[in-house]
Amino acid sequence: MPKVVISGSSCQRFTGGKSEFEVAATTFRRLVLELEQRFPGLGKQVEDSMAVAIDGEIYQDAYAAVLKPESEIYLIPKIGGG
Amino acid sequence: MNYVPSDLKVVGTRPVRPDGVDKVTGRAQFGADMVMAGMLWGKVKRSPHAHARIVSIDASKALKLPGVRAVVTAADFPDIASEEAFVGEGPMNFRDLSRNCMARDKALYEGHAVAAVAAISQAIADQALDRIDVKYEVLPHVIDVEAAMADDAPVLHDDLFTGGVEPKPTKPSNIAKRVYFKKGDIDAGFEQADVIVEGRYTTEPVHQAYIEPHACLCFYGADGQSTIFSSSQGQFMVRSYVAKLLGMDIANIRATAAEIGGGFGGKTLVYLEPLALALSKKTGRPVKMQMTREEVFRASGPTSGATMEVKLGAKKDGTIVAAQHVLKYQAGAFPGSPIQPGCMCGFAMYDIPNVEVTGYDVVSNRPKVAAYRAPGAPIASFAVECAMDDLARKLGKDPIALREQNGARNGTKTHYGPTHQNIGFLATLEAAKSSAHWKSPLKPGQGRGIATGFWFNIGGESCASVHVAEDGSVSAVSGSPDIGGSRASIGMMVAEVLQVPAERVRTIVGDTSTIGFTHVTGGSRVTFATGMAATMAAEKVVEQLKARAAMIWEITPDAVDWRDGAAHPAGTNAGAFDPLSLSDIALKAARTGGPITSEVSVNAQGAGPGFGVHICDVEVDKETGHVTIVRYTAVQDVGRAIHPSYVEGQIQGGAAQGIGWALNEEYIYDKNGKMDNAGFLDYRVPVASDLPLIETIMVEVPNPRHPFGARGVGEVPIVPPMAAVGNAIRDAIGLRMASLPMSPPKVRAALDVANGDD
Repeated sequence: MPKVVISGSSCQRFTGGKSEFEVAATTFRRLVLELEQRFPGLGKQVEDSMAVAIDGEIYQDAYAAVLKPESEIYLIPKIGGG
Repeated sequence: MNYVPSDLKVVGTRPVRPDGVDKVTGRAQFGADMVMAGMLWGKVKRSPHAHARIVSIDASKALKLPGVRAVVTAADFPDIASEEAFVGEGPMNFRDLSRNCMARDKALYEGHAVAAVAAISQAIADQALDRIDVKYEVLPHVIDVEAAMADDAPVLHDDLFTGGVEPKPTKPSNIAKRVYFKKGDIDAGFEQADVIVEGRYTTEPVHQAYIEPHACLCFYGADGQSTIFSSSQGQFMVRSYVAKLLGMDIANIRATAAEIGGGFGGKTLVYLEPLALALSKKTGRPVKMQMTREEVFRASGPTSGATMEVKLGAKKDGTIVAAQHVLKYQAGAFPGSPIQPGCMCGFAMYDIPNVEVTGYDVVSNRPKVAAYRAPGAPIASFAVECAMDDLARKLGKDPIALREQNGARNGTKTHYGPTHQNIGFLATLEAAKSSAHWKSPLKPGQGRGIATGFWFNIGGESCASVHVAEDGSVSAVSGSPDIGGSRASIGMMVAEVLQVPAERVRTIVGDTSTIGFTHVTGGSRVTFATGMAATMAAEKVVEQLKARAAMIWEITPDAVDWRDGAAHPAGTNAGAFDPLSLSDIALKAARTGGPITSEVSVNAQGAGPGFGVHICDVEVDKETGHVTIVRYTAVQDVGRAIHPSYVEGQIQGGAAQGIGWALNEEYIYDKNGKMDNAGFLDYRVPVASDLPLIETIMVEVPNPRHPFGARGVGEVPIVPPMAAVGNAIRDAIGLRMASLPMSPPKVRAALDVANGDD
């Protein structure tokens, strides 16, 4: 199953401090729904204000991204710029 | 599709810049150049106090002044609930944005808007401001970041509780957020270290110092349909923010991006536009507003100042085994400093097994910070790269060799999670090491420093369209305001795909009603993301051109090739036809299916990060403490330079701004929390005579996720300069200047202390 890692402290309030867990999902969209179900508020937080790194690559929006069983997903703060 | 570099005819060349003539002849229309019949002038009444409760506002005397048409205060704007959004450059809370544009209940910094007036002339508007009677209850204020974090500090917001800590605090605080990143085991890492260096560093808030102050012209129509013409980094951002702040439908606002005189991140939010549109709504007249330079300093966002601590641990052979960084960033009056990217960027250049980074976002009685080129990264890198220099000295290693030994490469996992891919950091270090500058000898008394920097670069939502005119000339429409040369780069990419000369394509910036939603010009994203949309639109146009040629020749489109700006039969089997040029096909467009045009929208992913290495030589006048930059070279991985002159310009501009940040720029406050140097005479940005030619070396490690290999280039070059200058000063005088700016008084004071003259 894909492994989710919360990078930094920004979302750990939703997970009771847990920073790594596995989620059964084949798409990022499904993963967000699973996160919301398991940790209420986290899915919305991820969708609204987080970027994500899937297998090393940063996505500002990963809505349509496909996940592999061995995928590693880092939830990271959304990045802007000047 | 991805294009083969050896086939490129336009990309990589240096055509004349398309905005050049307008700018040098004065024809370009900047924000303050626009006028409308019946236009009123808007002016802002600002708080003279750093922190004060607004007891009452009486505008009756102002409204009685002949020529005054309206006054607005917070009471004229919806009291918006706290709501996070990501429309501009970073997370933005609409409630804070609204209260930053117009103070509600409390003024939180000197210069905070408390009322605005519209009158028939600037002079009458100015007089009216003096007649608006605001009664304040002055409150204790706090300016310094660590003072603001103290338990007994005056609290700016009664409803602000530190986020990112458990359990949730019960007492309000100026610490808006704690951020924490961890990789490996930091204690075990330092236990392995043979050599440890530690340092404490401070930086001051610095302004983006764009040469053009904020300006806008807004007109609220009788039916609610409104127009905004303003200097901004995103017409769609302006539209969204103003609609939210005034409670309007987004589609009722048509926003146009004026030609812009610099933004650097500072024009990724709104200040005047909501006020001008509210005044226009009250008066039924267009309202023009523009800030003075003093207002720009007192009321628009600089970037954060900071206090930081860095600790590095390494083995004797130079392998860094542990790195720790604590960052405290000033956010200004509302939460939202670039603490997150600061925490992520400081060590992003290195492969270090054990890392711990802790950051704090801290409010104080200063203007709300705004994005500034690679927000947060230059601050963090000043501390880290100075510490790296100290570590190299302690280890007796060459500073480039130490960075090569520990440098990030493909497959390096960052401390914040993602894994670097297709990066050019080591190639950039190699180019620096091979440069004529690095190999050149120093004169007696001179010092040399190097520093590196990283920025993510981003992609995101962009739209572009391509239209073929009847004569075969081409127009492209971009949704991105052109700040760093994107009209040139977009036009060149379109020309490359169509295989016509760059001059055959004219690119304009569309307004919010003529092109689809496009995210702000920021994050070094436009040539990457909007360029990708434009490239795809041009490719669709080529498919149409091939289909039209096929129709004329009565063959199938797949039997048509497009090369040299013309349709050719794909082979002998396709038939023996003379080529049909773009002009030939355009002339027959009406008969072959109508106008040839295409619009593409993307949400571009895969922006490749950028790395830079800067080399700086200085001389220090030990009598005055004045630092002269005698030679400066900036090396950067640019992916693929679409228009090399613009890329070099971006690198030179970033380096120049960073040198100003390093040596002179700072906000100076008096004991009452009022800024003492709100003007370019006293806030010293570097001028041409302060700087040598900034030499540039472009390293091209293509980004495979962009059709031409482009990476963002505009932000990386401001990341290394402060440490490069600091390390050069350290080399020249043997003293570590850990506090920015390294201005003559500070350098002289440090020399006096070292000489025992204190």
